[in-house]
Amino acid sequence: MARPPGAGATVNAVARPGPGTGDMAASPTTGNAEELRRTLQRSPWKRPFETGIVGLLWICGGISLLTTLLITFTLLEETVKFFGDVPITEFLFTAQWQPLFEPETFGIWELVAGTMNVLLWSLVFALPLGLAAAIYMSEYAHPRVRQVLKPVLEALAGVPTVVYAFFALTFITEDFLRPLLGQDRVPIFNALSASLVMAVMILPTIASVSEDAMANVPRELREAAYGLGATRLEVAIKVVFPAALGGVIAAVLLAIARVIGETMIVAVAAGSTPALTLMPLESVQTMTGYMLQVGLGDAARGTIQYTSLFAVGTMLFLLTFATNVAATIIVNRFREAYD
Amino acid sequence: MSTAETTEVSLRAQGAVARRQMVSRASRWVLLGVTLVGVFALAFLAYDVIHTGASRLSWDFLTSYPSRRAANAGLRSSILGSAWVMVTTVILAIPVAVGTAVFIEEFAPKGRVTAAVRLNIANLAGVPSIIYGILGLTIFVRGLTIMGVTVIPKMGGSILAGSLTLALMILPMTVIASVEAIRQVPPSIRDGSLALGASRWQTVWYHTLPGALPGIMTGTILAIARAAGETAALIMIGAFAFIAFDNKSLGDSFTVMPVQIYNWTTLPQEAFRVNAAAAIIVLMVAVIGLNLVAVLIRERFRRS
Repeated sequence: MARPPGAGATVNAVARPGPGTGDMAASPTTGNAEELRRTLQRSPWKRPFETGIVGLLWICGGISLLTTLLITFTLLEETVKFFGDVPITEFLFTAQWQPLFEPETFGIWELVAGTMNVLLWSLVFALPLGLAAAIYMSEYAHPRVRQVLKPVLEALAGVPTVVYAFFALTFITEDFLRPLLGQDRVPIFNALSASLVMAVMILPTIASVSEDAMANVPRELREAAYGLGATRLEVAIKVVFPAALGGVIAAVLLAIARVIGETMIVAVAAGSTPALTLMPLESVQTMTGYMLQVGLGDAARGTIQYTSLFAVGTMLFLLTFATNVAATIIVNRFREAYD
Repeated sequence: MSTAETTEVSLRAQGAVARRQMVSRASRWVLLGVTLVGVFALAFLAYDVIHTGASRLSWDFLTSYPSRRAANAGLRSSILGSAWVMVTTVILAIPVAVGTAVFIEEFAPKGRVTAAVRLNIANLAGVPSIIYGILGLTIFVRGLTIMGVTVIPKMGGSILAGSLTLALMILPMTVIASVEAIRQVPPSIRDGSLALGASRWQTVWYHTLPGALPGIMTGTILAIARAAGETAALIMIGAFAFIAFDNKSLGDSFTVMPVQIYNWTTLPQEAFRVNAAAAIIVLMVAVIGLNLVAVLIRERFRRS
């Protein structure tokens, strides 16, 4: 018998006293919990259905890992080909992005600057709005008001980005910015209209995630501050906000990752001329904007335009990946501090 | 001076304290105003789109093929394309997503494997959609061949290639929602089922999954809403052709509503802008409808 003799003796003593039952002890009917568990685990081939299902579930779990591997593999394969044609020093250390005309130059910084331009100005608008909304919902609003406000704000995140793109081009640029700042000063494609609409898009991410973090701040902290004579605003800004800072930073990082990866708004409203500038009223091209342009042009496989798509994609992937990992790390550290 | 008056005066703050209290009281209205900026933006967006596009909406607009002339163009092929792609995406993504969630919560050996799968899914959820577009372009549209062996056949810019791309894209968010839903099922139900002799899979199938179903459905519907509005990934796989026929099979080339909206938005003629606005109304009705269904399911099952 495979079982240790001591365990068998216990089972026999409890379930079937008397000699001569040792051979029967492995049967599930006589087992205690430990025995039963082992019996169930020992019989995978008696239950082909169950075993098959568990196998399928392992495959499901594997698909997500496989997706990551495939993303990495496809990006790297063509990126390596790209760096066979374009020296990596040109890609990383020069600033002119001119892929379609002679002389072709591939300096990534114009595209990165386009992305950073839109990121900068969208944060300038979204950060104060989002944090104010979070503070209002967490510290001021009546629970019933919050119950209405929060889903309405979150609906902003559910609007398809192509709708925002339409809004940026037709309304923000033509009906708002141009009459306000002058027809001549506002080009039809400009970073500001994309940034303004992007700010509206990430507003719910910042507001909602920050509000969750603020709502998790222990009540004792607030009550102690009130007890010392602080006003509601002082409690919100000097007690709750610092205590929730980790969650707030994570919210902002998630929003940043969304802005960096957003394609349609910038492709429609920000233009397609790479420019090394952070000025809001310039026409710029972002990394995603360039990728969509190549996708629309249907560049032939093997051309340098085709492989440049993957080089820019790798850059974009690394940027968003780093931002998301930073957000995860901060959220985890924050959670440990408050449990 | 009576005593009552003295008491009243001494209760009212003065000087610096009064100023602080006044600032705090004012801050309520300032913050409310700032919060409402988002709500106003949403209202304005809706007004602008309806104002521009409502007059263009008609049965003809919904049932005509696209056209070079704005007045004749319609949504027929993009509505059909969206429907085909959505249904296929759901069929492809949901079983895998729920399977992954069940694997993570119930079957995966606790420790390294689960931690790796979990972290991986969290990271995948943050990958921009255009990267999924490149992935779809490379492995589905052009096919994947590793060392001379065709692992994934070449599909071209077909409905199947688009659906597989979107399925991979919504997989992480659906898994995350399903994991949350499964975790909400009380352990006592699981223990009770196991104690009565059910196997682990029987427990999952007859007890855990039915309990988690509302949560899974809510998360799934929100993911579908996101896929329904996806544009960039589908443009990358080449779904912006001029389609003037009804889709009949998964191998057909196709277009979807968001891509059609993008096309019309980028055309210079004002009449196409009006078409775009009208198409946005149709798309938003679909997306808001899906979101409402998700909210209703959540509210309905929260009580029970």
